[in-house]
Amino acid sequence: MIALLIRDLRIATRAGGGAGLGLAFFLMVVVLVPLGVGPETQLLARIAPGILWVGALLACLLTLDRIFALDFEDGTLDALLCAPLPLSGVVLVKSLAHWLVTGLPLTLISPLLGVLLNLPPEGYFWLMASLLPGTLSLSVIGAFGAALTVGVRRGGLLLSLLVLPLYVPTLVFGAECASALMAFKDPLAPFIFLLVITLGSLAFLPMAGAAALRANLR
Amino acid sequence: MTKQSNDKPEDLPRGGLLVDNLTCTRGGVPVLCGVSFKLSPGVAVLLRGPNGVGKTTLLRTIAGLQPPLRGTVKMNGSVAWAGHADAIKGTLSVRENLGFWAAVHGVSGRVKTAQLVDQAVESFYLGDLVARPAQSLSAGQKRRLGLARLLVTGAEIWTLDEPTVSLDSDSVTLFADAVRAHCARGGSALIATHIDPGVDAATLDLQSYSTRRDLSEQPAVDAGDTPVGDEGFLGEDAL
Repeated sequence: MIALLIRDLRIATRAGGGAGLGLAFFLMVVVLVPLGVGPETQLLARIAPGILWVGALLACLLTLDRIFALDFEDGTLDALLCAPLPLSGVVLVKSLAHWLVTGLPLTLISPLLGVLLNLPPEGYFWLMASLLPGTLSLSVIGAFGAALTVGVRRGGLLLSLLVLPLYVPTLVFGAECASALMAFKDPLAPFIFLLVITLGSLAFLPMAGAAALRANLR
Repeated sequence: MTKQSNDKPEDLPRGGLLVDNLTCTRGGVPVLCGVSFKLSPGVAVLLRGPNGVGKTTLLRTIAGLQPPLRGTVKMNGSVAWAGHADAIKGTLSVRENLGFWAAVHGVSGRVKTAQLVDQAVESFYLGDLVARPAQSLSAGQKRRLGLARLLVTGAEIWTLDEPTVSLDSDSVTLFADAVRAHCARGGSALIATHIDPGVDAATLDLQSYSTRRDLSEQPAVDAGDTPVGDEGFLGEDAL
């Protein structure tokens, strides 16, 4: 299991591994939005949590099909299926690796980008607190979607269509949590909902993903 | 692995495989019907048959990658699969690739892993290439690396689909040596191939099990192969 995690991180961080892809996309979205919206600091501060959350979601979506498609093409998935590892564990580890190279770095630089969007400093804590479990659930849900579409040639469009509705609850509660403080609301309630979604997807989706992989590899 | 693959009957020796009345499908259509044979430890079997007869399908079913329509696969031991793709990551070095598969198959400890990887590298003459990223290897070298992977898995039963593709004659000899050594250790191998790899092996012609009439009505063409009956454990009669 740990070997699989290390291997995935190693591949992602080497040349052509795509570790920086999600992060670069996130950076671009957040840098370009103030240029597009114009220098209205009040407006920017109000939409900042939403922009950061949508940017994080799209950055995550962009790299999803790499989770299983590459392993499927070079026969690694077949060999992993024969290996004495539980397949749901493989799905969990691979979604964790995806989170470590996209979700986590994205969360860590989000306060920096908050500055660009004129996010008030007191919002940083809840922004990071919501992105941390939120991006993890995005990765786990995405891995399930990737497992569903693994045999499909150029299944990127199908994957996006499948996964987007599943992402909606995470986005709603995540953005709500990040912006609650500025609207003088309690951020704890949406945060708890976000945690429930994350823990729920961590508990059930690896198993569902494993079943989907098995069906697709026939 | 499918449920039936985990079935370990008491009477089957370690490394043995029992296929009983197996019907397997490709794309939902049955291609092979009523396949029955027993594979004893220390024995390699070559699967023969024209393109499309279902060699890969049978191997995938036995390896547990797809469920059979009917029939059972029983085995005592673990199975390693080597298909058309080598399960090798281009950005990882030869050593990293083999080390990863050793770890996946439960080999723990740095020294033990290194030992096992060194042995596998030695067997397939990859010694000069261990530090190179796998993407810089030639097709034949990649295939050798894919076959070296089998050695680090420690699995008793090998299911190999066209293992000799893109290998030169020297490498085929290396492969044959590896299969022989595997059998001498009490392992067994099922090999789908169109050439004669030079392994002392029995032959199982799948044509007679084919559900496609155009294939099953042709006379068998494998003149030079060991007939199935000689080994006394292949074919339906033995069961």
